[in-house]
Amino acid sequence: MAAEEWKPKIIGLLCNWCSYAGADLAGGGRIQYPPDVRVVRVMCTGRLDQLFVLKAFADGADGVLVSGCHFGDCHYLEGNFKGAKRMFMVKRLMKSIGLDDRRFRMTFVSASEGAKWATVITDVVKTVKELGPSPITEFSK
Amino acid sequence: MMAEKKKAGSKKMEAKKETPKQAAPVPKKAPATAAPASGKKEQTRIGVFICHCGTNIAGSMNIEAVQEYAKTIPNVGYVDNYKYMCSMPGQAVINKAIKDNKLTGVVVAACSPRLHEPTFRTATKEGGLNPFRFEMANIREQNSWVHMHDQEGSTEKAKDAIRIAVAKASLLQDLFPKAVPVEHAAMVVGAGVAGMQAALDLAAAGIKTYLIESQPSIGGRMSQLDKTFPTLDCSQCILTPKMVDVGRAANIELMTYSEVDAVEGYIGNFDVTIRKKARGVLSMPEAEAKGMVGGGCNGCGDCEAPCPVIKPNEFEVGMKPRKAIYISHPQVVPLLYTIDFDSCIKCGLCVTACGEKKAIDLEAKDEFVKVKVGTAILATGYDMFPVEKKTEWGYKKFENVISSLEFERLICASGPTSGHIIRPSDGETPKRVAFVLCAGSRDNTGNGKPYCSRFCCMYSLKHAHQIYEKIPGVQSYLFYMDIRSFGKMYEEFYYRIQDEGAKFIRGRVANILEDPATKNLHVYTDDTLLNRPVDMEVDLVVLAAAVQPKEDTDRTRKLFGVSCSMDGWLLEAHPKLNPCGTTTAGVFLAGVCQGPKDIPDTVASAEGAASAASIPIHMGEVELEPYFATCIEEKCAGCGMCVNLCPYSALALVEKEGRQVMEVTEAKCKGCGTCGGFCPGGAIWMNHFATPQIVAQIDAFLLGGEQ
Repeated sequence: MAAEEWKPKIIGLLCNWCSYAGADLAGGGRIQYPPDVRVVRVMCTGRLDQLFVLKAFADGADGVLVSGCHFGDCHYLEGNFKGAKRMFMVKRLMKSIGLDDRRFRMTFVSASEGAKWATVITDVVKTVKELGPSPITEFSK
Repeated sequence: MMAEKKKAGSKKMEAKKETPKQAAPVPKKAPATAAPASGKKEQTRIGVFICHCGTNIAGSMNIEAVQEYAKTIPNVGYVDNYKYMCSMPGQAVINKAIKDNKLTGVVVAACSPRLHEPTFRTATKEGGLNPFRFEMANIREQNSWVHMHDQEGSTEKAKDAIRIAVAKASLLQDLFPKAVPVEHAAMVVGAGVAGMQAALDLAAAGIKTYLIESQPSIGGRMSQLDKTFPTLDCSQCILTPKMVDVGRAANIELMTYSEVDAVEGYIGNFDVTIRKKARGVLSMPEAEAKGMVGGGCNGCGDCEAPCPVIKPNEFEVGMKPRKAIYISHPQVVPLLYTIDFDSCIKCGLCVTACGEKKAIDLEAKDEFVKVKVGTAILATGYDMFPVEKKTEWGYKKFENVISSLEFERLICASGPTSGHIIRPSDGETPKRVAFVLCAGSRDNTGNGKPYCSRFCCMYSLKHAHQIYEKIPGVQSYLFYMDIRSFGKMYEEFYYRIQDEGAKFIRGRVANILEDPATKNLHVYTDDTLLNRPVDMEVDLVVLAAAVQPKEDTDRTRKLFGVSCSMDGWLLEAHPKLNPCGTTTAGVFLAGVCQGPKDIPDTVASAEGAASAASIPIHMGEVELEPYFATCIEEKCAGCGMCVNLCPYSALALVEKEGRQVMEVTEAKCKGCGTCGGFCPGGAIWMNHFATPQIVAQIDAFLLGGEQ
C-alpha cells in the first residue's frame, strides 16, 4: 500500500454542547484541519457505551476520538465524567488485547475552543497515520 | 452481554430496527396519530437534500458527485440539491418531495444542526412527517469551511456524512415534544444597572420577579461612578430613580445580601434555593411580621457611631472607613444597615444604641429560601483587573498611581474627598495628570487580558474632561494605543476633549518610576507617531484598568449550566442570532457578565434579556425536546445502577408484575443518556439517540452503505 495514498478511517463521537459546538466554531473561524475524521453527534459523552468504541474498532476504524466538555463544564452536570470513566476502561482493554491505545483518544474541547479542536484533529490524524491501518482490518482480510 | 450487543450491532439493519420499535414505548401520548411508527411495516424512503449555501459549501466540494453518490445509498428514495436549502423555495423543495415521493425521513446536508435543525424540522413537519424524522449532515461548519482547499477530501467527507445521516434517519421514530407549564415568575441574579433594568421590564410585563443581589445594596458598579460619558449625566442621578423604582415595584421581590445556593429543574420550572446571608439587622417589614410594632431598622445610623470596629469601605475602594455595622453609601436601597460578621466583635454597643427599635440581632444566622421560577437572567457584572499585576506601572507601590475606579470615587461629590482630586501622597491638587489606557487590556503578554475592555477609552476621555472642569490650569496626558470611540456621539466627545487641551500620546507605557523626593512620577514610553522616546513628569497617574469576569463567575455558571468563553465571560447561545440566550433553555444573560459593555449597551442587553425571558412565561408552556430515556421493561433486570447514575433523580425502580423495573419521570429527564450509555442489559432506549441508531451511524461509516 502506498503510504501517501492511505486515508485513515477515524470516527469522532462528540457531545452536542461543547465539542460539537467547538467544531462548529472552528468552521466559523475557517480554521483548516485534515478531513479524515467523520463525526457522530450525541447529546453528551455520558451517552457513550464503551461498546460503541469497540464496535467502531471491530468495524475497522483506524482511530476513534471521543470529545466532550471539560470536567465541571458538562451541560448535564457530570455526564462527561461518567463517560470518561468508561472510556478509560476502553484504553485498558485495548492494551490488554494488543491494540495500540493511541488509536483511541478522549479529549475535552469546549464550545469556545475552535482553535483547540483543529489542533486536536490535526494531532489525532497525524498519530493514526503514523500507526498505519488498524491490525483488525489487516486480520480480517 | 457484550457479545449480545455486538451481535445486535452487526446484524442486518432491518433486524436492528425491529427490536427497538416493538420495545420502545414511544407513542404513548398520541398512538392514533403515530400511524407510520406503530407496528405496521413501512418501506423506508429517505430524501436527501444537499445545500450549496451559495458558494459556502459548493465552493469547496463537488456537489454533483455528492448527489450522484447519495442516490446509491441504501434506503435513499429521493435526492435533490438547491442553492439555499433554508430559503422559502428551498424548504418548498423538501415539502413537495416528501409528499410526491412518500418519504419516511429527511436528511438535509447543509450547515450545523445547531443552526438550522429547527428550520428543517419545521419544513419536515410541513411536508406531513413527524419533525423528528429529520437528520442533518453537517457539511459546512465541519466540512467545507475547514477543508477549503481540499476539494477531494471535502467531497469524500460529505458523502460519508450523508451516508451516516441516512443510516440514522432510516431508524428515526416519531416523537412528540412534551409540553410543560411555565411558572409565572422570573429571577434576575445581580442588581446592577443590567439586573435592575431587566427586573423592572419583567415586572412591568406583569411577571413576579425575584431580584437577587449579593451586596447589601443594589446599584452595582454604576452607583460607584461619578459621571457617565458622553452626556456627562451624573451617574447616581440617572441610577437612583431606577433603584427607587426597584424598591417600590410591587412585582419585584428584592433580596439583597443574598446568593443563589442551588438550582434544580428546567425551563419553566426552576427550583432555586437562595441563601440570605446573615445581616444581623431586621428591616421594618420583617420586624412587623414578628409583631414588633414600630421596630426594625429605619436607617437612622445610631448604631454606627458607637461601633468600635473600623474597616476599609469596599464601595469607596478602601479610601474611606466604615464600621462593622454600616451602610456603604448614603443612597443605598434598601436603606438598611448590615453587620459584617467577619469583623464584628459582638460587643453589643450597637444593640444598646438601637434601643427600642430592636433591629439588631447579633446571633442572626444565614437563612435559606426556596422559590420557583420559569426563567432566569444572569446579570452578575464584572470585577476590575488587579492592575498591580502589571508591576511596571507601580500601582500599590507608588502612592500617586491610582486606578480609574479610585479616580471615580475621588471625583465624586459623595466620595472620600467630597469630589476633590488629590495626590494621595500629600493631599495636594495635581497640576499634571497622566491617564494610561489599556492598563491590562489588549495585552498578550500573559500577564493581562487579550481583549479590549471597551469602555476605558471613553471614561478616560471623560476623566480628562472632569479634571479640566475641576482644576484650573491642569494639563492632562492620555497615553493610548488606539482611541476606540465607537458609540453614538462618542467620536464627537473625543474631539471635544482634544479641543479642551488634553494631550494624546500614542504609545503603550513601558514603565513608571517615582521620584522619591517629590513623589512625582516619570512616565516612560515611545511616542509612536513622532517616533521618539518620552519621559513625562506628572503629579498623578490614573490607570484605566481592564475589567475581568467576576471572581465567582465559575460558581454561578455551574449552578445554571452555562458555558464560558475562552476569556471567562459567560457564553451566549449565538453571538448574533441569540445574544441574550445561553445553551441552557430558560437562562439568559444581561450586561457585562457576558463581556465588556458600556452602560447603553448594558441596558440594551438587559432589555433584550428581559424580553427573551418573558416569552416562555407569557406563552404559558414550553415544549421540551423529547429525548427522554425510556425503559424496555422486558430487558430490564432491575439492577438499579442507572438510578444512581442519573444526575437529575429522574429514574426510580418500581414494582411491576412482581419484579423491579426502572421507571422514568419524563419531566425530570434531560436526555443526556448517561443511563443509556451504561445499562449493561441494553434496556434503556434513548429517544432520538438510541443504541441501534448510533451503531447504525458507526456501521454506515465504517462498513459502507451496504450493510
